[in-house]
Amino acid sequence: MTVFDKPRTRRAFLQAGSVLAGGALLPSGLILPAFAAEHPALGTYPAGSSGDSVFVGISVPRTGTYAASGEDLIKGYVLAIEHLNAGHDLMHKISPNLKKGVLGKTVKYGIADSQAKPNTAVQALSKFISENKAVMMTGSVSSAEAVANNKLAQREKVIYLPGISGSNDTTGKDCVRYSFRECFYAETAAKAIAPVLIKNIGKNKKIAFLTPDYTYGHTVRQSMEEHLKAGGWTVATNQVSPLGTTDFSSYLLNVANSGADVVININFGRDAVLSIKQAKDFGIIGKMTLVVPYNTPFLAKEVGADIMAGVFAATDYWWTLEEKFPLAKMFNDAFRGKYKSNPEWGANAAYMQVAMWADAVERAKTFYPPEVIKAYEAGYKVQSTVGEVWFRGADHQLVRPVIVTRGKKPADMKGPDDYYDVVDVVPGEGLMQAPDAFGCKLGDYT
Amino acid sequence: MFNGLVLGALLALISSGLTIIYGTLGVLNLAHGAMFMIGGYAGYVAYQLSGSFLVAIAAGAIFMMFVGIVMERLIIRHFYSRPHEDQILVTFGLGIVYVETIRFFFGSLSKSVPAPSWATGITNLGFMIYPTYRLAVIGIVAIALLVLYLLLYRTKLGMIVRAGIEDAVMVGSLGINVYRVFMIVFGIGAMAAGFAGIVNVPVAPITPDIGEAILVEAFVVVVIGGVGSFPGAVLGGLIAGEILSITAMFDPSLSQAMLFAVMTLVLMLRPHGLLGSQGRS
Repeated sequence: MTVFDKPRTRRAFLQAGSVLAGGALLPSGLILPAFAAEHPALGTYPAGSSGDSVFVGISVPRTGTYAASGEDLIKGYVLAIEHLNAGHDLMHKISPNLKKGVLGKTVKYGIADSQAKPNTAVQALSKFISENKAVMMTGSVSSAEAVANNKLAQREKVIYLPGISGSNDTTGKDCVRYSFRECFYAETAAKAIAPVLIKNIGKNKKIAFLTPDYTYGHTVRQSMEEHLKAGGWTVATNQVSPLGTTDFSSYLLNVANSGADVVININFGRDAVLSIKQAKDFGIIGKMTLVVPYNTPFLAKEVGADIMAGVFAATDYWWTLEEKFPLAKMFNDAFRGKYKSNPEWGANAAYMQVAMWADAVERAKTFYPPEVIKAYEAGYKVQSTVGEVWFRGADHQLVRPVIVTRGKKPADMKGPDDYYDVVDVVPGEGLMQAPDAFGCKLGDYT
Repeated sequence: MFNGLVLGALLALISSGLTIIYGTLGVLNLAHGAMFMIGGYAGYVAYQLSGSFLVAIAAGAIFMMFVGIVMERLIIRHFYSRPHEDQILVTFGLGIVYVETIRFFFGSLSKSVPAPSWATGITNLGFMIYPTYRLAVIGIVAIALLVLYLLLYRTKLGMIVRAGIEDAVMVGSLGINVYRVFMIVFGIGAMAAGFAGIVNVPVAPITPDIGEAILVEAFVVVVIGGVGSFPGAVLGGLIAGEILSITAMFDPSLSQAMLFAVMTLVLMLRPHGLLGSQGRS
């Protein structure tokens, strides 16, 4: 039995008491004997969940290089929260534990612009914790912000769910007890796409990497290099550029002179769009084969189907998976109904993160974070838009398939958004490293 | 070396607009990056409607001149006699308003205009291959800078502008409406930003916040070249372009840092910039 099931009078007393005492005492993490009903105060518990509603803090880049993906994530979050509050059928299909609201409480949310900067993201989320008593925080497009938010979550004892984060470090050396990642990442992307590349492009190729200069870029580069060794692929050059580069000409001239056969472009967001367009201008695409190991939402729409035709990419979700997965169809229909466009993979990741969090809370029967974390760690299987998935308890990474796509020729497209053929849906189990291979130490529950 | 020339040409054009406005009106225009961006979007819309790159360029420049004149009439002219901090705040605020307005109408996905057909493809320069449009940019910018130069140094308007910089009261007492001239100057500065904005679109697709990074680089260029000096902006732009591209050949991650290091060096040795004068009194 939890505090929420107790008789009315006691509940009212608890609510009044937590309002009086909450602000001043709770952040210091003191145990309050008066409320020691079942769990001690921890993080924003019980202040954040003592009313009729709970608050979720969302922080994503709405400006800058990663803004387009940030907006897509927001759409997914908002749709998921609406569905939770309405008790939508899709939520029930994902997990039979999900009913209306979360433990009967309405979910409210706030959105902040992280600008994809770690310090801005941490400030925004800290504000959600102190002012709104957020019971869950979510969102990121850059792994740099995801990793910083991880640390905040562990320190403040509030659960955090990255949005888009492709670095091995997020559930590797920078993993924390309080964070859970839905999306695919460097290692699974590389392991899924490498055999496809070797089979289709050939053996003993020379690679030119275009790498954004932070944890995401470096870990994707390492994993790709590692898994392409099997085909005898070697590195001709690695061009590292800062996040938010607008002119890639210097890097592209180096690539053009490197003698590489394949350009593996790890850049994300607007960096990916600009570097690919400019690579086309410099005659590199056409002479070398382009590969996108970690696909950016809206990439084909922005650079054009002609450039992406034939290009192999690894991704988390693509809307035509609705032909294969009934839940993808339901999700796409709901998304199209609300936003008049197809979801990208960020929106899907956001939606699933919220749904799986609600599922963990329902199973824990409390918002007390350690119990929610244990519910997550139990490896409970839920139905997702890409089939059955579950969290790995040892590093808090979702075991989920990686989607390998290939760009369609403009003439083969059946509609304006029909940019990719799904080449393969590679099951997640075989793609993941051993949980401790990247140095994950989860840390304490309390 | 060569790549730096292309980078530098664009920077020179953007910075010249910034420096003309500052040199003449004494207003530090932090909305300049946003104006560069709006020029790009105006050109994009014109291209969507007409399909012509020339129309797009004309639209980007003329629309931005129009926005500049309206902006000067409604807001900026009330700030000529106010302290620099007020000018910085109001132009910074205007910049945010512009960026968010564009974001509201166009979203965050990037928009692009293809290079005109005569400038698509790649040119083999013998020592390297290079996108034809980027070569064309050098020519386009050179012509634009020449027009600006003639306007400022070889016309009566230019003479009044330069006299207005020296002594606005004296020019006014000669029966010339200085504020009208200031409006025109602001319009020309805005037009240079808008023109650069649309010329840059085929090189780098536009998003609402593309002006932010450009603004910072343009300021560095103005400081290196000498605040308020038109030839200084051109020289500064070319130097900055070379610094960025030469450093990138060795270690791309250091190129931005090197730009600021050179700016610091210039400020230490020549506090008024390479071609700057002793400043306004």
